[in-house]
Amino acid sequence: MKTLRHLPYLIPLALFAVLAGFMTWRLVLIAQGDTPNYIPSVTVGKPAPPFDLPPLYTGKPRFTSADLKGKVTLIDFFASWCVACRAEHPLLAGIKGHGAVLIGIAYKDKPQAAKAWLAKMGDPYDEVVTDAQGRTAIDFGLYGVPESYLIDKNGIIRMKETGPLTPEVIRDDLLPAIAVLNR
Amino acid sequence: MKKVNCHRINIFLALLVLLAVQSAPARAAEPGEMLHNPAQEARAEKIGEQLRCLVCQNESIEASAAPLAHDLRVLIRHLIVKGDSNAQVKRYIVARYGNYVLLKPPFMEETLVLWLGPAFLLLAALVGFAFYFRTRREPDAARLSGKEQKRLDALLNEHPDQGGAA
Repeated sequence: MKTLRHLPYLIPLALFAVLAGFMTWRLVLIAQGDTPNYIPSVTVGKPAPPFDLPPLYTGKPRFTSADLKGKVTLIDFFASWCVACRAEHPLLAGIKGHGAVLIGIAYKDKPQAAKAWLAKMGDPYDEVVTDAQGRTAIDFGLYGVPESYLIDKNGIIRMKETGPLTPEVIRDDLLPAIAVLNR
Repeated sequence: MKKVNCHRINIFLALLVLLAVQSAPARAAEPGEMLHNPAQEARAEKIGEQLRCLVCQNESIEASAAPLAHDLRVLIRHLIVKGDSNAQVKRYIVARYGNYVLLKPPFMEETLVLWLGPAFLLLAALVGFAFYFRTRREPDAARLSGKEQKRLDALLNEHPDQGGAA
């Protein structure tokens, strides 16, 4: 019975255990791939913002939000100065031919630098346009490159991928979504 | 005389240090970004201090040196010059980035725990303390036996000036 009097002294230890348990659980989730610093997108489910962007290569047409209607589009924001973009770039070619138009938007990039980068890394895009000021990117809710947005035939944003695409994301999320949107 | 001078110098130095650390909040804005109209610029800075830089997520866009923060600062100033109110500017940014971009989370269903949690915990702690002190047993006042009481009286009568409250 005497020991029960000392029970309150265990309260700080109990609180620590609860806190430590919670933090361990979160660390385990992160180790499994959770990304808590990625903010959830609020533009998914809404119509793509209106935009009208000039082509990267002179002589090619501009790409506007009106061009999104009638087909499934994957918009990929990239930049020649973006290191993470190099990881995802070789995978983009694998998305072609699965029913989505692949549009590249060079984000805040010098046209010469973007062209040189694509010449070196390959150009998988159906069209490449530039967002020199980054204003269109802000309208999409972009906060880093690379980011990809999957847009359905009605111009509604259906999916957003923050960070470089991985083979798993492409295989398990992107391609099935494109198939569904094409039905 | 020497001692008094030392004291004064110390106070002076302390005040100097205090003054030095009363700095304005850190700003990453370049002079070229600032609006010419001081009232508008003040509005832009005030709004910017309330918006989170999404790259370095603990800084406001006024304080952050990230390129996206620069773009958002320019955008805010553009909207203000265009005539948007403070509320409209904030709504514009929140429409694109969500409530997380506000450094002060809005008071709504999802953030009830965030807002009320600390007050609730404080209340619980206070209640806990109250219970703890209330239920603490008073130590039993030792009772003197008859013999001990007589001895005490004798001692006190011997030295009437001693004893009692200090």
